[in-house]
Amino acid sequence: MKALLDAADVARAVRRIAHEILERNRGAADLVLVGIHTRGIPLARRLAAALAEAEGPVPVGELDIALYRDDLDRRPTTRVGSTRLPVPIDDRVVILVDDVLYTGRSVRAALDCLTDLGRPRRVELAVLVDRGHRELPIRADYVGKNLPTSSRERVAVHLAEVDGEDGVFVEAGQ
Amino acid sequence: MMRHLLDIADLSRADLEGLLDDADGFVDVLARPIPKVPALRGKTVTTAFFEASTRTRLSFERAAKTLSADTMTFAPGTSSLSKGESLKDTVLTLQAMGSDLLVMRHQAVGAAQRAAEWLSIPVVNGGDGAHQHPTQALLDALTIRRRFGRLDGLQIAIVGDIRHSRVARSDLLAFAMLGAEVTLVAPRTLLPVNTDGWPVRVSSSLDEVLPSLDVVYLLRVQTERGGASVFPSLSEYTARFGMTRERRARLKPGAVVMHPGPMNRGVEIADEVADDPDALVLEQVRMGVAVRMAVLFRLLGGEADV
Repeated sequence: MKALLDAADVARAVRRIAHEILERNRGAADLVLVGIHTRGIPLARRLAAALAEAEGPVPVGELDIALYRDDLDRRPTTRVGSTRLPVPIDDRVVILVDDVLYTGRSVRAALDCLTDLGRPRRVELAVLVDRGHRELPIRADYVGKNLPTSSRERVAVHLAEVDGEDGVFVEAGQ
Repeated sequence: MMRHLLDIADLSRADLEGLLDDADGFVDVLARPIPKVPALRGKTVTTAFFEASTRTRLSFERAAKTLSADTMTFAPGTSSLSKGESLKDTVLTLQAMGSDLLVMRHQAVGAAQRAAEWLSIPVVNGGDGAHQHPTQALLDALTIRRRFGRLDGLQIAIVGDIRHSRVARSDLLAFAMLGAEVTLVAPRTLLPVNTDGWPVRVSSSLDEVLPSLDVVYLLRVQTERGGASVFPSLSEYTARFGMTRERRARLKPGAVVMHPGPMNRGVEIADEVADDPDALVLEQVRMGVAVRMAVLFRLLGGEADV
């Protein structure tokens, strides 16, 4: 397993994305960060902490997209996690947060889920790693690091809250 | 991996807790402004209830629809059963019609088990005779876990017609597996001949155990299964085993009263107790939909054959 980003790189990427969010939205008013299970949630919390330092508190929600997947038939039994939004998302700017952007199917599922929960003014997407190989017309607004990969490789994002350490790793596939 | 849900005894503690965890998520889904998710789009859930039911069948239908599954309802009264079609031919027909899952209630013990042997689709036991009613046990366990945060160490009494009750047989297994201490409270005549090997204590005095209880689970006096004939009179039943206002007052603070419904008001439960905010009867109904969503999602949502 090869390390592509270490803990300091991850921290820098989070800080930079936070600044880009503030720049593009001209501040943090009306923002809601919504993390996609599992690792999108700690990332959203870190972004919120960085935004709070620069501007002020931003609410953080979490989204479990298990019930919206288009490949349920092909997966081992999926567990249902919690979906929580601390504030109504109607007319706010929702920033979806995930660790890796790959096929785009998780983001599609997350967008469908958001639609059932309210009508945001705008939805933006922030990811720590974009590894390419999109299967849907979806792109990220904020990217920590573009990592061109082969679809046979496996990209693993580790976050201290879940994995005990920070870092991005690539594993060769079979 | 679960293929059917027939009997609580087929589940491990981890299976049980996993289903309850998923059900917690579905409670949130049911509270959304649009309480519908696409998880089971394109699947068809068929209910076949050969015995009367209000809440169980409707609860499964609501659960299926909230998950975006389609539903078909088999109504024995107006069907070819009256022309003598066998149970096997009936369920095979329902499968051939395009059912992806069958929920079945039948007066004969083991009927759902037999159906599961005949069919290639998952079967959920919605009640078989006096044997099992696993989704009732799950919804009761969920209701208790959400109220107390756990079942471990809770004192739970199941009161009444244990002998004829599939609810009691399912619930006591689930409660005990999750760490509760279960006492069956009933007159001798309403206990099974043999309770050896059941993880329970047995008492014939509700008044004795009352002050120690966290949960009083009242069973319905089942007149249709002969439950009334083994007792001198309903008023004598009420005097010894009914949850009256006086008994309610002797429960410890925080204790709750549950009942699977339909209630015989004035027999096993007094009006004032049934309508008390601490009675969880309607909460049980709400949790029933969430738990059945968890069961349908578990049986239909994953890979077909792991």
